[in-house]
Amino acid sequence: MTATVAAPPRAGGPGRGIRRGEALAGWVFTLPVILILGIFLLAPVLMALWVSFSDWTGRGSPLSANVNFVGLENYAAITVDGGLPTRDFGTSLRNNAWYVLLVVPIQTALSLFLAVLVNRAILRGRGFFRTAFYFPSVTSSVAITVLWLFLFSATGVVNEVLSWLGINGPNWFQDPTGIVHNGLRAVGVTSGPAALTENDFLGISWWDWMAGPSVAMTAFILMAVFTTSGTFMLLFIAALQNLSAEVHEAAMVDGANAWQRFWRVTLPQLRPTLFTVLTLGLIGCWQVFDQIYTGTQGGPSKTTLTPAYLSYSSAFLDQDWGRGAAIAFILFAIIVIFTIFQRWVLRDRPVSKRRARQYQPSQPKEARR
Amino acid sequence: MTGTTLDEARVLTEEPLRETKPTRQRWVRAPIVWQIVLYAVLIAITIVYIYPFLVQVATSFKTEPEAAADPISLIPQTITFAAYERLFLRSDFPIWFTNSAIVTIFVTLGRVFFCSLAGYALARLHFRGRGVVFAAVVAVMAVPTVVLLIPKFLVINQLGIYDTYAAMILPLLVDAAGVFIMKNFFESIPVSVEEQARIDGAGTFRVFWSVVLPMARPALITIIILSFQGSWNELNHFIVATQSPELTTLTKGVASLASGQLSQGSQFPLKLAAAVIMTIPVAVMFFIFQRRIMNVSEGAVKE
Repeated sequence: MTATVAAPPRAGGPGRGIRRGEALAGWVFTLPVILILGIFLLAPVLMALWVSFSDWTGRGSPLSANVNFVGLENYAAITVDGGLPTRDFGTSLRNNAWYVLLVVPIQTALSLFLAVLVNRAILRGRGFFRTAFYFPSVTSSVAITVLWLFLFSATGVVNEVLSWLGINGPNWFQDPTGIVHNGLRAVGVTSGPAALTENDFLGISWWDWMAGPSVAMTAFILMAVFTTSGTFMLLFIAALQNLSAEVHEAAMVDGANAWQRFWRVTLPQLRPTLFTVLTLGLIGCWQVFDQIYTGTQGGPSKTTLTPAYLSYSSAFLDQDWGRGAAIAFILFAIIVIFTIFQRWVLRDRPVSKRRARQYQPSQPKEARR
Repeated sequence: MTGTTLDEARVLTEEPLRETKPTRQRWVRAPIVWQIVLYAVLIAITIVYIYPFLVQVATSFKTEPEAAADPISLIPQTITFAAYERLFLRSDFPIWFTNSAIVTIFVTLGRVFFCSLAGYALARLHFRGRGVVFAAVVAVMAVPTVVLLIPKFLVINQLGIYDTYAAMILPLLVDAAGVFIMKNFFESIPVSVEEQARIDGAGTFRVFWSVVLPMARPALITIIILSFQGSWNELNHFIVATQSPELTTLTKGVASLASGQLSQGSQFPLKLAAAVIMTIPVAVMFFIFQRRIMNVSEGAVKE
């Protein structure tokens, strides 16, 4: 945008020497990007949209004449039919919803905590700590999953550490029991009220929706927190270093202690970054695939099945391409909703920042809003 | 605007630069006790973050019974290279490594070239439709990769390139986030230099290649890091693009190891050795270039 202002206004004719041939060059320069994104992104989405409305079985081309349009049949199979495909889809949504519900708040809180610690320290070694916390984020999800299978194996490191504390650790990746149900069982509740067990949504009873993530899924939840908190910590550090020192000093002069300063001065100013992290986390958490493919393939008892993996396995393993594509588009819709939400939040950003700057120095108490 | 990669990129390029400035809050002298507590907490957390990687390296040198009996120690009682020998001499691991290297090199070169070309055009060249192209690039960044699994396979299959290097490399060759980063960078450098070159009679590509591109080193390094990391760690694209063993990449191969396709028993030393080797290139890349970025951007600021 700034370049447009700085550059001389565009002259129409080819006579102007300095801008000669620019239109052609512009298209030639962008052509590779347009071609590749068009062929491998736009065309695929359109083709998959067709497949999701067809009965293609994976043989030959989906565009050939003997592939039929079946309307919403594939979408109905996974949402309203109530058969196994519906139950699988319901199960995958439940698993992923619990994953989102736990990973997003924990990773946000932890990354903010790490950022504040690293930023606070009058530190030598600040760079070291930052690198240490960020390192898990650069390694591949496959390598981390392999490591996690080892750490959380029946006789692995985690259970060894738990045994020091006198806790008999579970066989993490083999344990399909939901942690909420386990918690209820510990206080004597072993079955839910009839209202919850007899009514269902997507073929899964409400009581089962409430089961919580399985112990196996919990290990993946911890892994997600471990690998993403570093990235988000960097975002928070960048934001913390942009905060004005005056506000902080003013709060100190007013006698606010460190705890109050954090909650009432620092945190409100971090609001834009906080929202970015929350929404990026939401979007990322709906795309759990690599870990499941590498680690558990949806087991034990389908409790680590996610929509992304179910979409893959329906199409590539069960050869039910229409259903796989339909799942992908429903997942797409879920993610788009969160993306739109993020866009809306980001657009709000400059206003809230300015407002924060205007209000906070004179009225620190207002900053809480 | 969206996407984790972009935000990571922003941090990777800008953050080290900021750190060179003195911290404004430094006048706040916390009591020494609090400093000690702070360091203790930081070190405790660091152990949690780093220990898994240390134990990973240690276990890869252990025998299998020892890995099961004593998973937690960092020093193997008997150091064995059996896992590495097995990987390199009696498995497809070297093929996986070679394939990952080939793909990563081509993808990185391609992204550096195509992203900077398009970024330059979108930032500097005036042509009808520029706004539409840019809007399309931004829109593309919002499409999540996991919903593209089936779609990508369909097109690759339709084009008749399934199970070839072309199928592995071509779709990854361009990255919308990279175009976005380059465009932003080119807009931030002064236009006067190119104008001078143009008046001297240099063509558009000449100006781009010999005048503008050398100035774009910090942004290019960001692109290199992101595409190296992205293509080396890529898994799901290769799952849908290939099936033959000769075209298996490290990620796909190690994933099959993890689900036990090559081994009986748990075989943790073997699997962890594979994971260690696949982590090394990205780790080296990350440590080298993190420092490079810092120096380069310092230089840019002084100018």
